[in-house]
Order: sequence, then C-alpha cells, then structure tokens
Amino acid sequence: MLDLLTSPLTKPEVHRDNPTGRGHDHAAGRDGTSNLKAPTNVDPMIQVKDVNLKYGQKQALFDVNLDILGKRATAFIGPSGCGKTTLLRCLNRLNDLIDNVTISGTIRVHGVDIYAPQIDVSELRKRVGMVFQKSNPFPKSIYDNVAYGPRIYGIRNSRLDAIVEKSLRAAALWDEVKDRLRESGLSLSGGQQQRLCIARALAVEPEVLLMDEPCSALDPIATGKIEELIHSLKNQYTIVIVTHNMQQAARVSDYTGFFLMGEMVEFDETPRIFTNPRDRRTEDYITGRFG
Amino acid sequence: MKQLWKSGDPFIWLTGGALATSLVMVAGLISLVMVNGLGFFWPSPIVRLTLTDGTVLMGQIAEREAIPQPDAPPGTPLQYRLQLKVGNRDLYGADFVWVDEAKITSREAPAEAVLIQRREWGDLYGTIKAVKEGGRVLAEGPEAGWTALQARLPEVLRVSREIGRIDKKEIGAINTAQEKIRLRLRRLELKGVTGGPEVESLQRDMAARQAEYKEQEHALNALRQTLSTSVVVAAAGDKEKDLALALIVRAYHPNTMGLTDKVGYYLAKLWEFLVDDPRESNTEGGVFPAIFGTVMMVMIMSLVVTPLGVLAAFYLREYAKQGTFVSAVRIAVNNLAGVPSIVFGVFGVGFFIYFIGGGIDRLFFPEALPTPTFGTGGILWASLTLALLTVPVVIVATEEGLAAIPGGTREASLALGATKFETTWRVVLPAVMPSVLTGLILAMARAAGEVAPLMITGVVKLAPALPVDGVFPFLHLERKFMHLGFHIYDVGFQSPNVDAARPMVFTTALLLLMVVLLLNLTAILIRNRLRKKYAATAF
Repeated sequence: MLDLLTSPLTKPEVHRDNPTGRGHDHAAGRDGTSNLKAPTNVDPMIQVKDVNLKYGQKQALFDVNLDILGKRATAFIGPSGCGKTTLLRCLNRLNDLIDNVTISGTIRVHGVDIYAPQIDVSELRKRVGMVFQKSNPFPKSIYDNVAYGPRIYGIRNSRLDAIVEKSLRAAALWDEVKDRLRESGLSLSGGQQQRLCIARALAVEPEVLLMDEPCSALDPIATGKIEELIHSLKNQYTIVIVTHNMQQAARVSDYTGFFLMGEMVEFDETPRIFTNPRDRRTEDYITGRFG
Repeated sequence: MKQLWKSGDPFIWLTGGALATSLVMVAGLISLVMVNGLGFFWPSPIVRLTLTDGTVLMGQIAEREAIPQPDAPPGTPLQYRLQLKVGNRDLYGADFVWVDEAKITSREAPAEAVLIQRREWGDLYGTIKAVKEGGRVLAEGPEAGWTALQARLPEVLRVSREIGRIDKKEIGAINTAQEKIRLRLRRLELKGVTGGPEVESLQRDMAARQAEYKEQEHALNALRQTLSTSVVVAAAGDKEKDLALALIVRAYHPNTMGLTDKVGYYLAKLWEFLVDDPRESNTEGGVFPAIFGTVMMVMIMSLVVTPLGVLAAFYLREYAKQGTFVSAVRIAVNNLAGVPSIVFGVFGVGFFIYFIGGGIDRLFFPEALPTPTFGTGGILWASLTLALLTVPVVIVATEEGLAAIPGGTREASLALGATKFETTWRVVLPAVMPSVLTGLILAMARAAGEVAPLMITGVVKLAPALPVDGVFPFLHLERKFMHLGFHIYDVGFQSPNVDAARPMVFTTALLLLMVVLLLNLTAILIRNRLRKKYAATAF
C-alpha cells in the first residue's frame, strides 16, 4: 500500500473520467483574498479557493474559500440544501458523475489542483475516501466488501487477510464480525453496515476521509460508536464530516464551517464557533433561532 | 353498499376469484394434456364385435360418442357409436372404423387375440395361425404359435438391431467418407486439376471405399438370409397375413395380461417414446430426436441471447445518456417483443440463411454447391432467429435489474477509486445476475414453445441425423433438426393417419411441458443460489 500512497497523484499519461463542458478556470481565485484564513499557519491539507458550482442554471456554491488541516476533524454544518454535501463531493470529484455540473475555482489536495486535466481521478478518490449518508455495502460478503478496494489495486490474497482485519479493527467492527466474514454485508444491522463502509473506505488507506452525514440514519447507540470511531481515526486521517447535528459537530470536530444558502458564512475552531461566533447568522443557527 | 366496498371485502373476493379462475384454466389444460397423454401407452383390451349383418371386427375401442340426430324429436334416447381401432392397414386400408352400438350383436374379448406392433403398416390385430421358417411350418394354432414366436423373437430382434447398426453406422461412415472424397475431387476440379497423383490417389481411395461398401452389403445380405422366420396371423374378416418376424417390434396378448404385465408394457412404451427414433411418419415409436433438438436449440439460443441482451441492456442503462433517443430505443425494444414470430422467421431466412449462410457457402464450401451447406435451414440459424426473438425479454429484465441496483452502490465503488468499468464488472454485473437469469428463464420458455419461425429456418418432420454425433467435427450446426413443438403440429395436423396420431399430440405436448419445466427449474436453482450469495433481496 505504501508504494501507492507515495505515488504521484497526477498521472500525465492517464486521463480518466474528465467530464467535458465543465467551465474550469485555473487563474481564478489565485489572488483572491479571503477574510476566512486558515486558523493556524500549518500547511493545509486541502485548500478550497473561490469555488463556485452550478447544477445547470442553479448555483449551489458561491465563492467558497477554506483550508482544511491534516489529521484534524473538520465539520460542515448548516440547514438542508445549503451546499455542504455539494462541497464535500467536490473534494473527491464525485460531482463529476452528475450531468450539467459546472465548477470554477480551485481545490488543491497537498498543493495539487485536483481539477487539473492530467489528474487521475481514481487515484484521487483512493486518497480521498468517502462514507455516505445511507450505508451502502456491496451485495457481497463482509470480507469481500472490505477487500474490494485493495483488490482493485491488485493486492492478492496473502496480504488481503491482514488488510481486512486491520481495517475492521480500525472501524471497531472486528470483534462483532470476525466469525462471520463470509456472510453478506447486507445481513448486518444499520450501525454495523455503516462501520463496514468505514472499514471499506479505510482499507485503501486514504489520507482524507469524507463523511456525509454518516449517522443520520442511525440510532443514538450506533451514533455514539461512530463518533468514538471518528475520535480515534482523526489522529491518522484528515476527516471532513457533514452533519445536521450540531452537538455532533461540537463533539467530534476540531474545526467547523457554517454554510448558508451556498455560502460559507464562518469557519473557525469548533469551540469558538459554538461559544463565540463572529457572524450573527451563525449565532442564530446554533442557538436554534432558525434552520 | 358503499360501506361494503369501503371495507375491502369485495376486492379480496375479486382478487381471489381472478387467481382461482387462472388456476382452474391452467389446471384444466394441464390435466387434459396429462390424462390424454399419459393414457396413450396403457394397453387396452382387444374386443371382437359381431354385427347384425354378420361382419366380424376385432380391435381396440378408441372412442365412444353420441350420434348427432338433428331431426329426432326431443326425448329420443341417445344413440352411441364406437370408434374401433382395427389396425391391419395393409389388409383393410384404414386403421379406424366407426360402429353403431345398435348394430352390435355380440361383444367378446378373446384370450388368444394378439396385437403385433410392426415396423411397417402399423399394428396388426388377429390370432396366430402358424409360425413358419423358410416355408416349413414350425408350430400351428394360437398357443403353440405364441410359444414358438416368443422363442424366436429375441434372436430376430437382435439380428435386426445388428442390421440397423451396420446400415446406419458402418455404411453411414462409408457414405460420409465417399462424400468427402467426392468434395475433394470437386475442389480440385474447381482449381482446374483433373489428373495427376493427387486425383489418382483420391480415386484409389474412392475405389477402396466402394469395395468396403460391397463387403458390408454382403454381410447385410447374409444376415438378412438368416431372418426367414415368419408368423401367419388370421385377421377378422377372413384375412390372413404372413408377417416376417424381422418386421415385428413387439407382440402381446392384451386380454390376458395381468396388472404387472400391463405396467411393464406401459413403462417399456414410455421408455421407447423417450429414447427411440420415430417410425411410421412419426405416428409410432419415440421422439428422442425432437427432445434432443429442442434442448440443443434452446441451449444455443441461451448462449447467444444472454451476452447479447445483457451487453445491450448495460449500454442502455449504464452508459447511454438518458434522453428522448434512449427512451425511443427502449420503447422500440419492448415493442419488438410483440412482433409476430413468423416475421422473425422470415427475417431469419432472408438474413441468416440466404445472406450469411449463402456467403459462408460461397467462401468455404464452394465444392458442395449447388447443394447448400449453411445456406439452408439448420439448428444454428433457427437458434439465432429465436435469440433475436427473445432478446427483448433479456434486455428488459436486465434493465429492470440494473435500475433496481441503488445508485449508492455504484458511488461507493467509484469513491474507492474504482473506474466505471471496474464498478460495472465487479459490483453491478454480479448484482444484476439474478435479473439476467429471470430474463433468460422467460426467454427459454418462449423459445422452447415457439414453432412458426422454426418451420422456415431449419426444423424438419424427420431429421436423418442428430446435430451431435460421432463423426468429425461432432457438432453439426448446419444440420436440420426436429423439435417437439413442430412435432406436435406435424403429428396432429399433417399426419396421414390423424386418428392414430392424435394421442401422440398430447403425449408430446406433455413432454414439451416437462422439458421446459426442467430447463426453467435449472435456471431457477442457479438464480436462487446467486441470490443467496449476493443477498440482493435485502435492498
């Protein structure tokens, strides 16, 4: 796996999944100033600059700027339809799958523009893993679910067992499923399925883990388990989590961004956002006055 | 009233009634086919009827029906008539006669009545008069004759089988070899070579084969010489038949058979039906070539239609940009399933047989022309035509399966860094397999029961050889074949002896049902195993 991790993100000779007709402006935003600086002066893992996104004629993101730090958990909060999931899906270019999406601005991971034409999208998605709102295990066995990513990268049976065990342990699922790895992933409970999806994402050893409301369909106990998991994972991974649940953002994240109507209103360290927000709208939202 | 409708009870009755009606119709059809089909082999007794005018008839009662009397006043008791299978077509000219019950003066079931199934002219009914060997009388009278017949029949049957084997296998092989040599000579001739060592060597080869043929013919004649035993049977109406034992398939006394004998006879006939070749223009013997042809055609069709339909469905659902054009294509594909099958047959004749088959003949088999090799109906073209006919079913089923796979599953794979192709190959294809099999089951059932397009693309009444045999290259896709569906049509409506053949219609229909059921059960088993493996139902 290490060889894959250190391989360059760009593969000039390969050029897959690049959608046509996407208005992409390299120069835009290079000099754009932002009042929302990165809260520390550590080199950011992900830099989002002047990102605008349209679904057809409908604009979903307006000039979003933010820096996400490595090995921290960053939460995006905001009311439904505010663009937080859209932004999240920009970070691994999953929006490419939707027709009529136009994006401008730049998103850099490790300083590399991920929307540059020579980017290998598969390599990007391998490094920027994702967990979805609705758990979506493959209709395969638990083992095959976790081994799916490594197998795609050509890892053969001898090393797979170790990877599967390690990933399931990291997702705190190993003890519950170790005796039934050959059973269908769909036979698990909802919370277990979501942890299986996390294990599956971890199996390809991503650097960033995007989580799109991972607990929205789970009961409080399962939610607690996932939150614990996020706590333990953020020492090794850069985690970006979208959530509707403000308590959850407060519990698990180090930084929080508040989105409203496609704009990022405020981005700061989580305790500051929740105790002393700068923007009136943020305060209204977290105190429950709207949204 | 309104209250009653609201309660939902009438609706339950309505739905239940609809289901019950369908079940009754299906059960009625199946029981009709089963009763008529399964009863066909049961040995019914031979009756001897004496009529008022002194005529004596002997045969098996096939049917009893009321005589229509349109002019009779109401209340008149019904008159009945019997349909009697008297056999002995060579003596009487027809197998069946109708007898008014009112004209019968006596009815008996003589114990010595014998029924002899023959290779020619259908069944022979009568009593044994004598058994002769080369003009010398071996035994006389029904009892002694029967014993003598029983003693000699096994050996005669063995020799007959040997003759059949030599005729079919040995001489068939020589014929094939000679035909090959002839074609090679013709090929040389087409190249302009009419002499030289190659031609001479081939001609020598030909002569050697001819000598071999003479030898086999000699052996055959010698064997035939040994078959000089014959049986003299006295038939009703003062007629007599001297029948060579070699022409007998089996002989029995239906009136003295016990239950065990009857069951044994029934099973033997059933077995013969399943594994033997047809005789007497398909009204006697078995239907094995038709079973074989049906199953093989369905298999070839499945091999073609599954990949074709699945790939087309994948393009439509996974790759094509959804829009008006794709919707139009989808509607067109669905409507294709409603095109009359004979239209597909005509297309098969024009495109597969004349265009592709004719092209193959010109390119690869010019020496055989003007006799077509692939440029005529054959099992391959029939299977391809049926594949075309059933491809909409597979496309629709696969598309529905693809639509049922949640988009999240595909996204999950893509988010792990899999390409679109890897996602399709490793996640979507396994998950859609149960749906593909559902489509295949429907396609197989449709194809196995289809007759019209086959009639013009390669099915024949009687195929001389199976599409698979021991002669290189073993699989002969260009050969014509027999099919159970066509067999039903042929036996029921094209037979010269409809009354004798009619019960075979039911038996063959029952058999076709069984074959389809067996094919479908296999596919259903595979599908259930796949479903269990992928647990796709949990979505």
